[in-house]
Amino acid sequence: MSFALRKQGDVVVVDVEGQLIVGNRQELKQKVLDELERGEKKFLIDFSQTGYIDSSGLGVLVSLSKKIREQGGELRLANLNDDLKTLFELTKLDTLFQIADTRERALESF
Amino acid sequence: MTSPDRFRGLPLGSLHLALELEIPSDIRYIERVVEMVARQCEQLAYSTRQVSLNVPVALTEALSNAILRGNREHIAKRVQVRCDVNRERLVLEVVDEGTGFDLAECLVDATSPENLVREDGRGLFLMAQLMDRVERFANHGNVVRLTMRRHD
Repeated sequence: MSFALRKQGDVVVVDVEGQLIVGNRQELKQKVLDELERGEKKFLIDFSQTGYIDSSGLGVLVSLSKKIREQGGELRLANLNDDLKTLFELTKLDTLFQIADTRERALESF
Repeated sequence: MTSPDRFRGLPLGSLHLALELEIPSDIRYIERVVEMVARQCEQLAYSTRQVSLNVPVALTEALSNAILRGNREHIAKRVQVRCDVNRERLVLEVVDEGTGFDLAECLVDATSPENLVREDGRGLFLMAQLMDRVERFANHGNVVRLTMRRHD
């Protein structure tokens, strides 16, 4: 499991490879917060290569969304598979986040 | 995972798989344990969603609760995992050395407006959503038992 960050235009795109769970959520949080501190405002987290997410992974997404908004930035999510969509629907977090079907659509939405 | 051809057609109805594991209180073990249990369910033709979502997420929650809350990450304290699975249902027991908790009191509606924006508090909620039954009791340790019926 790992996180790859790259810049696409003025958007920081984060690929979550493997699981986003209690064992690695802090790593994701720190990487995004570091970019936020450097002045980045637009963030896209892409889940096309993600297995599953647990409650602490979801919690980190909620926390990051708040912190990014507080700095005047925006967070989008993209490429949730059917299982992950179900997870977001069960927790109603699909109402809290802006979720796009593809990376391209997410990038266009900023 | 596919079975060798010579096993094809063999009825799975009477198969019963059991697994017992003991791990230190270290969250790095969670993924490995989840993988082993999910594989048991896959062998018995549980649905893809159960193998890739219900079991991994619910078991990860139970294990992280046991390690972080029950055993407070004391490396010398152990977490036991018992998995008992057949074609009808999966029963998982996660046992820690903590004092336990009141399930009814700790289980909150994570989707209510005030809880939706919280960073924590979704663990038990997810277990309850993804499993058919969640129980907690004391039996030589603090036991969380998760039961799920098999879906095709």
